[in-house]
Amino acid sequence: MEISRHWRLRQQRYGLVGEVCPHCDAKIFPPRDVCPSCSGEAKTPYVFSGKGEVYSYTIVHDPPEGFEANAPYAVALVKLDEGPILTSQLTDVELAEVKIGQRVEMVTRKLREDGDERGMLVYGYKFRPTLATAGA
Amino acid sequence: MAEELARQLMKPSRPVGIAGYGAYVPRFRLPASEVARVWTGGDGALPIKEKAVPGPDEDVATMSIEAARNALSRADLDPTRIRAVWVGSESHPYAVKPTSTLVAEALGIVPHTLAADWQFACKAGTEAMQAAIGLVGSGMADYALAIGMDTAQGRPGDALEYTAGAGGAAYLLGPAEDALAVIEGSYSFVTDTPDFWRRQHAKYPEHGQRFTGEPAYFKHVTGAAQTYMELAGAKPADFDYVVLHQPNLKFPQRAAKLCGFTDAQIKTGLLVGEIGNTYAGCAMIGLSAVLDVAEPGNRILLVSFGSGAGSDAFGLRVTDRVRERQARAPKTRDYIARRTVIDYAVYARLREKLVLK
Repeated sequence: MEISRHWRLRQQRYGLVGEVCPHCDAKIFPPRDVCPSCSGEAKTPYVFSGKGEVYSYTIVHDPPEGFEANAPYAVALVKLDEGPILTSQLTDVELAEVKIGQRVEMVTRKLREDGDERGMLVYGYKFRPTLATAGA
Repeated sequence: MAEELARQLMKPSRPVGIAGYGAYVPRFRLPASEVARVWTGGDGALPIKEKAVPGPDEDVATMSIEAARNALSRADLDPTRIRAVWVGSESHPYAVKPTSTLVAEALGIVPHTLAADWQFACKAGTEAMQAAIGLVGSGMADYALAIGMDTAQGRPGDALEYTAGAGGAAYLLGPAEDALAVIEGSYSFVTDTPDFWRRQHAKYPEHGQRFTGEPAYFKHVTGAAQTYMELAGAKPADFDYVVLHQPNLKFPQRAAKLCGFTDAQIKTGLLVGEIGNTYAGCAMIGLSAVLDVAEPGNRILLVSFGSGAGSDAFGLRVTDRVRERQARAPKTRDYIARRTVIDYAVYARLREKLVLK
């Protein structure tokens, strides 16, 4: 059981809440209170747009414990439009159609159960191909 | 008698409307013919074409979050101004622990807000809408979020397995001066009727076969629609669009006829053939499909139905704000068009019908 850790990470996981550096305006994810660009203190919350592209990816056929329900699935390095690169599962995509450079957007999904069916449900970000809209 | 009836039309003391709305439908589709293939040898008439099925990482919380994000985008509202997050469903992920706090947290609405889950079979979402109208209409809050969302359960082989779908919609209620559609009035019609239920800890619901028709669906839907019109001084022809709860295609078509509505009035909001019965989301996502194409001045009648049983009726008038807000988020039809057809075996895996331990 890791209740306290899941709870601490809820804002970055549910809503892609990172930080923005007040000195050099770098956007930071995950939040770490120190700017990786200028080393200044950076504690201002910043909500990312959730838009980005696939920087690289792999397909997981042999999942770690707790992720069996989703296998096989794609895990990608997603480069957010604001700059940072993060690791995330891709969802709502045919595995053969995943491509480097593909436009993706953040969705909040169920990641796994903590422990067995009696444990808490863990939610967080995944990315999917940008939804096609009739106007676009 | 007239005075007594007039008192029953619900109208808040300050005018209220819908400031934003958003739909969600998961991408998988199970054709009804697949259920028939496995359970009846392909015989028999099919109640719908196909139903929406949630992915392995989706539930009422994740689906509510996406619909609510769309509603907030349309209203272009600072989420901290919202004072209530209410989620109606019969598929809440937890038996005890609110879905609504998760939605509120994900949208940045916390901590200065009410949050609760509502339960009234298929009308839990519209019940939350009635309460949200009251909260905003009384001046207790400027904005309140009412969501109807479900990943409905159907016992393998049961009549409901053909139609028990997944999806729903979120509505941000706010002051009429910021509304894309103003609430003209509402009405609720409730009796104790045992047409459908699911006991504590039971995985699948039970239903009263033909008892779900006349004494349940038809009595409450037509009762709510006709009484609303009588109280509001409206005729069937006054509405450009009518959205009725839709457990299958036949029921809403027949109820519409009984009330004097035409096929043209119900067509736009009749989605059950393409996504199935989304239970607490059912009437509400029908309304979102109508709002996606509605024009200023249009009048809409929404009538939900929840087993147990009851109906909520709402009269809406669309305002000039509708056009710019329609374009600010994906439309209901965008989600319906995104479809991946699956067979019964994949459906059985996704809906956890296979025992693994």
